Amino acid sequence: MSLYRAELRRLVLRRLTRWATVLGLAVLATVAIGVFLSNQKIDDAARAKAEVAAEEHWQQQVRQTEEFRAECEQAAARGDQSDRFPPDCSQISPPPRDVYSPDQFLSSTFDFRASFGGTLIAVAAILALVGFVVGSSFVGAEWNTGGMMTMLLWRPKRVTVLLTKLAALLTGLLALAVTTTMLWFGSFWLIATTRGTTEGMTAGAWQSFALTGLRGVTLALVAAVLGFGLASLGRHTAMALGGAVGVMVVGQFGLGVLLSLTGAKFVEAWLLPTYVQAWMQKEVVLRDWQTCRVNPFGQCDPETLTLTWQHTSGLLAAGLVLILGGACWAMRRRDIS
Amino acid sequence: MTAVLEIEGLQKSYRSRRRGTRNALDGFDMRVEAGQVHGFLGPNGSGKTTTLRTLLGLIRPDDGRMRLLGHEVPADLSAVAGQVGAIVESPQFFPHFTARETLSLLATAGEVRSTRIDEVLELVGLRDRSRERVKTYSLGMKQRLAVASALLKEPRLLILDEPANGLDPGGIREMRALMRNLSETGTTVLLSSHILAEVQLICDSVTIISLGRRVAFGPVEKVLAAHSAGTVRVRLETVADLPEASEALTRAGFRVTREPDHLLLSGVEEAAMVTRLLAGQGLYVSELVWIDGDLESVFLDLTATAPAPGQSRQVDQSAKPAAVGQRSTGGWGA
Ligand SMILES: Nc1ncnc2c1ncn2[C@@H]1O[C@H](COP(=O)(O)OP(=O)(O)OP(=O)(O)O)[C@@H](O)[C@H]1O
Ligand SMILES: [Mg+2]
Repeated sequence: MSLYRAELRRLVLRRLTRWATVLGLAVLATVAIGVFLSNQKIDDAARAKAEVAAEEHWQQQVRQTEEFRAECEQAAARGDQSDRFPPDCSQISPPPRDVYSPDQFLSSTFDFRASFGGTLIAVAAILALVGFVVGSSFVGAEWNTGGMMTMLLWRPKRVTVLLTKLAALLTGLLALAVTTTMLWFGSFWLIATTRGTTEGMTAGAWQSFALTGLRGVTLALVAAVLGFGLASLGRHTAMALGGAVGVMVVGQFGLGVLLSLTGAKFVEAWLLPTYVQAWMQKEVVLRDWQTCRVNPFGQCDPETLTLTWQHTSGLLAAGLVLILGGACWAMRRRDIS
Repeated sequence: MTAVLEIEGLQKSYRSRRRGTRNALDGFDMRVEAGQVHGFLGPNGSGKTTTLRTLLGLIRPDDGRMRLLGHEVPADLSAVAGQVGAIVESPQFFPHFTARETLSLLATAGEVRSTRIDEVLELVGLRDRSRERVKTYSLGMKQRLAVASALLKEPRLLILDEPANGLDPGGIREMRALMRNLSETGTTVLLSSHILAEVQLICDSVTIISLGRRVAFGPVEKVLAAHSAGTVRVRLETVADLPEASEALTRAGFRVTREPDHLLLSGVEEAAMVTRLLAGQGLYVSELVWIDGDLESVFLDLTATAPAPGQSRQVDQSAKPAAVGQRSTGGWGA
């Protein structure tokens, strides 16, 4: 317990923790402010104004068309054969009225029920990034600077030391993630009430958002554990960060190119971001458009592959077991110098 | 006397695929009695740090038994960790924390009362600089912080690997006084150092290691006596007689070194044998003195690491004693 308290304090004292937190929150605040500024509330007056604007635009268009036809007819009467005008001036006709719907003249508005779910992905992504960086440096810096050795002179139980450190990290991150998510819900509710609509928020819709938020927090925690485990295995923060970048760039990008060259079906099913998406949106449906090439005419019915959040949870669990298990095993076995 | 630290037959080899196996420790033995200041000496790369790391559970040994304060380690290390303060080869601290934060984190983790932090900061002379980041400290200040962290637990056994590294002369003297005080209040101190004059001043006993094996151990005077014993300086009434005397003594089996105005003999058991032999040849001794070696010359002799003119000695080029068991039993020391 005392060790846990010490580690929690160490986590909070670290500059990187503070910076990463501030930076992550700043990015999220910017997004929220941007959404707030780019949306407007739509009331009856605004709707009436949009109707007027649509009508005006249509009228203007009609006038311009009439002028153009008049010019065309004059030119035809003069026997002018220039290709400025079509050969038959009666072809020039004004657009129908319904092309100008008032919706186009409404400023955008924030529909909580329709759009909030998507913004939760941004929160999860930022929190996961913060979790990974803080997690890997929390233990990585300890290995680099020899702090781990000093700690082991005080507490010789190696795996306990490692896991206590991890527990402190997860506590800190959980507190951050939960607060951030709550603030996010709050600020977007405010945005929706002042600059949009909160219509249609049934209990079911709330529950669905709450679960998405929860999955986002879980994703952040998993990212932190992975960063922590990788940095502990490599005994270096840079190792974890480099590993992550390596996997993303070389592994994912290279794999994507390779698979599409070999013409594999469902290339995205091999890419990690697809699984993150499936995790946050509950499912992702992949379509194999190659089957359509056989029959370029008529209705195309591509083969589909549905990835659900359960698939992702299996993947995350396997990653956790492998990396954290590896880190603990290495911690037990290796010589520390 | 009770032993605070016992090591028997400790083995540790580092394996590397390219360079094969290196025996850092090769059947090493050691024993430190309670309440003593014990010096741990050996050339670079002889295995001192490896021994201390193994003892503290940072490295797993290949073979051998170790006991700390009566507990088998590494099995029982948790039971004694709270009573063993250690610094191992200039420990590093997190550079962005202040000394006080560093110590306070350790104190929390080790459940040490927080007033102890001020006590140790005072002891190592960092009181007024304790709120500065470790990054800004000088080498000696970091070393002082390391000593402070080892003292934090009020240890029964204090293990210091080259604590004088980077300390100023005043600091070295303070460290000496500190160790004296600690040992007077019952703390056992194990001190690894290359400053032999220092070791000779403060240590009650020593262990000398070379290439992973013990080459000498015991109380300082005994080690000195045992290994400088038998060296005498002989002067004759007339310097011209020196060559003749040298020849006679060599024939009698003494190792003789000729100096311009005297002879140095080693392997002497009784001074009377020398005088009698020379008198028999009609050579009269005007002075015969036993010479006490200092720790440095004994160390250089035992580890065979004395610099030879015109030759640079490489590390690992030192005396390798015979393996345990084959060693002749004409022993000294404890
Ligand atoms: N991690 C390691 N991998 C391989 N060999 C090692 C490792 N650590 C130490 N050694 C080797 O073990 C031997 C003993 O090293 P050790 O650090 O114990 O020496 P030391 O007596 O402390 O020397 P010094 O006086 O220079 O501090 C050396 O030959 C060293 O090269
Ligand atoms: Mg060393």
